Amino acid sequence: MARKINLKIWRGTSKDGGLQDVTVDANEGEVVLDVIHRVQATQMNDLAVRWNCKAGKCGSCSMEINGKPRLACMTQMANFAEDETITITPLRAFPVIKDLVTDVSYNYEKALKVPAFQPPADMKPGEPRMQQVDVERSQEFRKCIECFLCQNVCHVIRDHEENKEAYSGPRFLMRMAELDMHPLDTVKNRKEMAQDEHGLGFCNITKCCTEVCPEHIHITDNALIPLKERVVDVKFDPLVRLSSKLRK
Amino acid sequence: MSTGVFSPGRAKLSQKTLRKDKWWLQPLVTVAVLLSFIVYTTFRVFENAYYYAAPLISPFYSPCLSKSCVEGSSLLGAPIGIVRILGMTLPPAIWILVFPLGFRMTCYYYRKAYYRSFWMSPPACAVAEPHAKYSGETKPPLIVSNGHRWFFFAGLIFNLILTADAILSFRNEKLQWGHVSVGTFVLVANATALWLYSFSCHTCRHTIGGRLKHFSKHPVRYKAWTAVSRLNTKHQNFAWISLIIVALTDFYVLLVASHTIHNYYLF
Repeated sequence: MARKINLKIWRGTSKDGGLQDVTVDANEGEVVLDVIHRVQATQMNDLAVRWNCKAGKCGSCSMEINGKPRLACMTQMANFAEDETITITPLRAFPVIKDLVTDVSYNYEKALKVPAFQPPADMKPGEPRMQQVDVERSQEFRKCIECFLCQNVCHVIRDHEENKEAYSGPRFLMRMAELDMHPLDTVKNRKEMAQDEHGLGFCNITKCCTEVCPEHIHITDNALIPLKERVVDVKFDPLVRLSSKLRK
Repeated sequence: MSTGVFSPGRAKLSQKTLRKDKWWLQPLVTVAVLLSFIVYTTFRVFENAYYYAAPLISPFYSPCLSKSCVEGSSLLGAPIGIVRILGMTLPPAIWILVFPLGFRMTCYYYRKAYYRSFWMSPPACAVAEPHAKYSGETKPPLIVSNGHRWFFFAGLIFNLILTADAILSFRNEKLQWGHVSVGTFVLVANATALWLYSFSCHTCRHTIGGRLKHFSKHPVRYKAWTAVSRLNTKHQNFAWISLIIVALTDFYVLLVASHTIHNYYLF
């Protein structure tokens, strides 16, 4: 059965904008994205919203719902009280293009700075055989759908625009960790790069990236902290450095 | 010029957050509990009394290494003389507390807790922090957190000593073996909680096997890493449990040593 829902939807551009009130029907079983589409179809035909799969797998419909970074397609309307006014805004860490659509190109620029997986030079196609235990560890990170909710919530860039230059954010530090843990990756200085070029030291492990991840990846515990420990090995622990030199 | 969520180009909104839930509750509770612990610990350290009631010793004073320690409380001897500053004798706890304190201050979980609740950086997810600039752990003093592993190893030595204290509590007041009191349970619970906190630590996880690239080449370390990883998921719980138990253990010893209660013996 349909019920009337009060929404406050942010509309505007990078220059100006604000919250606009709208009342719309919501049916049982619907998600926030369904309701936004109904608003678009019936009341705000030029409302800009980025979406694609409606199944929580493409990472397109990232936005902030009642101040929390969420995927609109994975947020059930049933989660809200009947008389609750739901506030919907674009991601607040990135510049707005129009309405609920933000310019997330910062993330693609940072992605380009992560050196690609580099297998041993003498490895032939079809040759590598990896054990399941070696695959499992980094497979968790491959679940990432690049919704950039972790990037958006990370206070290092959300609250400090000036840090965007030096800091790549949890998504790409996780990528660095994933590759550094890969048994066949031969790039030698990923740890140093993570610290010096991707700004791992900015991360103060407050776990917001983990809290908002729609794929429930343990970004902090399984990627960022292990990467920090690996950086300690090469930068802050003379004993580990000495023992690895002696082993060579 | 405006920065953060108010930076030019971002969605124009006047609020620092649009969250409607009680996001302030968790940092508030953290501040309340941690401040209570700090106040209690500071009081007990400078009280410099009621920390030993044979065979029980408070974890704040163990090992008691100063010549000012009460008779019978120095398990490892008393290599540190009596030091006075401004006429006040420095309490024995001063010489040792830096290690467990350093372990907790640099702990990955506590960092989250105090960065959020004390420094409000950020106070909660998607709630703007009040600071104009942020450099995190890239510069002193916070870069010191990278030394967590040194405090972890020092913490293991303290765990061994506190485990020895727990074993020594299987004695009666005349130090005869084969007795169990309420204090025995308290000291055993304290040592157990501290071991769980240490074994679930992220540095422990890294040392055991986290730094490996090939788990398949190190099956024993992989198994150990898997076990520690399982504990690691509860690190936050162990951090709080061990903190509260260590304070309660000290409080129990305080009550016994001050003759407020009797350490009841089961046998």
